[in-house]
Amino acid sequence: MPEPMLEIRNLRIEATVYAPGEKPFDAVIVDDVSLSLPKGKVMGLIGESGAGKSTIGLAALAYGRGGIRLTGGEIILNGREIRMADSATLRSLRGREVTYVAQSAAAAFNPAKRIMEQVIEATLHHGSLSQAAAEDRAVELFRTLSLPDPENFGKRYPHQVSGGQLQRAMTAMALCPQPDLVIFDEPTTALDVTTQIDVLAAIKTAIKNTGVAAMYITHDLAVVAQVSDEIMVLRGGQLVEHGSVHQIIEAPKEEYTRALISVRSIEHQEKQPTATPLMTVNNVSARYGKSGPNVLNDISVEVYPGQTLALVGESGSGKSTMARVITGLLPPREGSISFDGNPLPGALKDRSREELRELQMIYQMADVAMNPRQTVATIIGRPLEFYFGLRGRERDLRVQELLDAIELGEGFGDRYPAELSGGQKQRVCIARALAAKPKMIICDEVTSALDPLVADGILKLLLNLQQREGVAFLFITHDIATVRAIADSIAVMYQGSVQRYGTKTEVLTPPFDDYTDLLLSSVPEMELGWLERVLERRKMVGAGN
Amino acid sequence: MKGIPFPALLGLIITVLYFAMAVFAPWIAPYGMSEIVGDVWEPASSDYLLGTDNLGRDLLTRMIYGGRNTIFVATMATALSFTLGAILGFTAAVYGGWIDQLMARLNDLVMSIPTLIFALVVLSVMPVTLPILILVMGLLDSTRVFRLSRAVAVDINVMDYVEAARLRGEGQRWVIFREILPNALSPLVAELGLRFIFAILFISTLSFLGLGIQPPSADWGGIVKENREGIVYGIPAALMPAVAIVTLSISVNLVADWALNRTTSLKGGRGA
Repeated sequence: MPEPMLEIRNLRIEATVYAPGEKPFDAVIVDDVSLSLPKGKVMGLIGESGAGKSTIGLAALAYGRGGIRLTGGEIILNGREIRMADSATLRSLRGREVTYVAQSAAAAFNPAKRIMEQVIEATLHHGSLSQAAAEDRAVELFRTLSLPDPENFGKRYPHQVSGGQLQRAMTAMALCPQPDLVIFDEPTTALDVTTQIDVLAAIKTAIKNTGVAAMYITHDLAVVAQVSDEIMVLRGGQLVEHGSVHQIIEAPKEEYTRALISVRSIEHQEKQPTATPLMTVNNVSARYGKSGPNVLNDISVEVYPGQTLALVGESGSGKSTMARVITGLLPPREGSISFDGNPLPGALKDRSREELRELQMIYQMADVAMNPRQTVATIIGRPLEFYFGLRGRERDLRVQELLDAIELGEGFGDRYPAELSGGQKQRVCIARALAAKPKMIICDEVTSALDPLVADGILKLLLNLQQREGVAFLFITHDIATVRAIADSIAVMYQGSVQRYGTKTEVLTPPFDDYTDLLLSSVPEMELGWLERVLERRKMVGAGN
Repeated sequence: MKGIPFPALLGLIITVLYFAMAVFAPWIAPYGMSEIVGDVWEPASSDYLLGTDNLGRDLLTRMIYGGRNTIFVATMATALSFTLGAILGFTAAVYGGWIDQLMARLNDLVMSIPTLIFALVVLSVMPVTLPILILVMGLLDSTRVFRLSRAVAVDINVMDYVEAARLRGEGQRWVIFREILPNALSPLVAELGLRFIFAILFISTLSFLGLGIQPPSADWGGIVKENREGIVYGIPAALMPAVAIVTLSISVNLVADWALNRTTSLKGGRGA
């Protein structure tokens, strides 16, 4: 067994918590975590938010973000203890022996400098290569990462390249100083699936070619299965399970790991369209501003009573604009919408209270969808007051009923949004929508900001409510797994047009059109070697043409 | 009173003291407001705790009555400027479009004229009475509040919860008072402390220039004016209002700071 390049023993990380209304206290963020990483291996760290995975990743650079203190254990990098090292030592090894790739490349690049300058900055700073040699190396890395026009790529500014390219440029930045260890902190989480697969493939090739060790942090088990040799499952700052990628994926030992793997196991019986649709969207086009290009082009879809239509597509495909058009925030330029047999006025101000009541909306970010200064009871109670004129005791009773419906117990009514967890917030938003007794609810990416297990609970809740209340959903999402779990029919959107539309079975059964094929095959699957197979297949198809 | 940090408590006590003095002036003051009780500029003694002023009136009495006028005018003017400025600012932000443009540009127009000069011009053609003073000060100050509240409301107006209220069909009044106002309170409270003190300085300045509260009524600016020649002879009478203004402004802002801490924490609408 070769000498481990990075060894962490009994790491303990603490931070001071300033909770409102309480004395500041010290909380343990990571407790007794040990790992060892030999050269050339990739360790995947996985867990939900708050599991401490990023904190452990940064600890490998002996760095604690915002008041976080590394209080115990040892961090040994290349045989040197670095937890207690002074800042001069740390400066000399950060950016040379160990580098870091952040989640949002867009926020990590300086927009005022060219990419090349930033990619080779650390290398020049440490003086390990001359300017020319560093630039040559950067170009070589651009090529490895299959960036377009590698010779000239570095001359561009960060805003001139796409998000996926920027993420790869950041990987080049991390690999340029020829480090021994690279920390990847959710490098593909903010990307569309079709982009994610390219970045994943590029990262994997680059790791293999340069032979560095890497720590890959993500919450997506399917992603980590493609790039890692070993996986550590973390929860609440503690190690749950550690094993080879085969063992974790194929034979997980712990209950929690099994739950993570089997997530999205919802079985949903697809319903067939009924005779009369609840909402019909006829040839709708829309754009922002008076001139400007169409954001939506000739969209026609139908939503049936008590059923779910999923709008799928990557960012920029016009999904959320569609929601704005249907809710009346952005009146369509052409085309019409009819709801429950009657034409629906295009602009919000022309709609009657009844029309507004029947169409409710749930937002992606539950945090900002609720007024932080209103209690849960006020938030849920207001639609009751507003639409049905319920007051006093009657209203309170109904609020409690709704709280029960979203599986929150008593006592939640007096809480403020800040006193709820992410999943609970989203549940309250659901209750607010339900309070209006709508016929249809637009769900705009309602689960994408949530951890998988929590998101799963929300989806189950939505399905239950649909069964009980007979409400239709227009479900906007970029996540195919969610669509499989919940949809009755699907519309695949690409650049403002519907590419493919039909019942779930129709849409998800081959033959596919090009875009749907690309989209579906890009969704990571919880299976070893999936990435290679997809790339191999695409290469063959590409060669065949 | 438990849980109030010491600076806030100190500020609160002094502020309450000043306001109590203002309200109960006739009962607290040892002499009549314009009663001549002794010689000109007598030093402090057991009869006249702060000495006497340029006409031989008791300075403490003058300070108490002066505080009453100054604080009353400043409070009313601040109340007016906040009500008007905040409502107009929120309205501009919520309606947007040409209404917003019109209101904002008109506001800029008024703001481009120095406040003091504007006030001097207006007050020199109008009869100087308390209501007019309050109105002029309140209106001029409301431009500042308008700008702040509009800027704050524009940010809040694009939040999803405001959109949710609109989609529900709520009227603008609900949006302004129930969705935006509670969330805009923190910066407004911070501004309130400052604006109140500026109002005190402003009314004092006007009185000092002879366009504020008219003699024989007392006010802090007027006391400085009446006693300013005494400084040459080492008589501290003209400095008393300065001491009063400093202590009051620090106290009010200590209280405002504390209120701010309570209302800012968005992580916990309850306020810690």
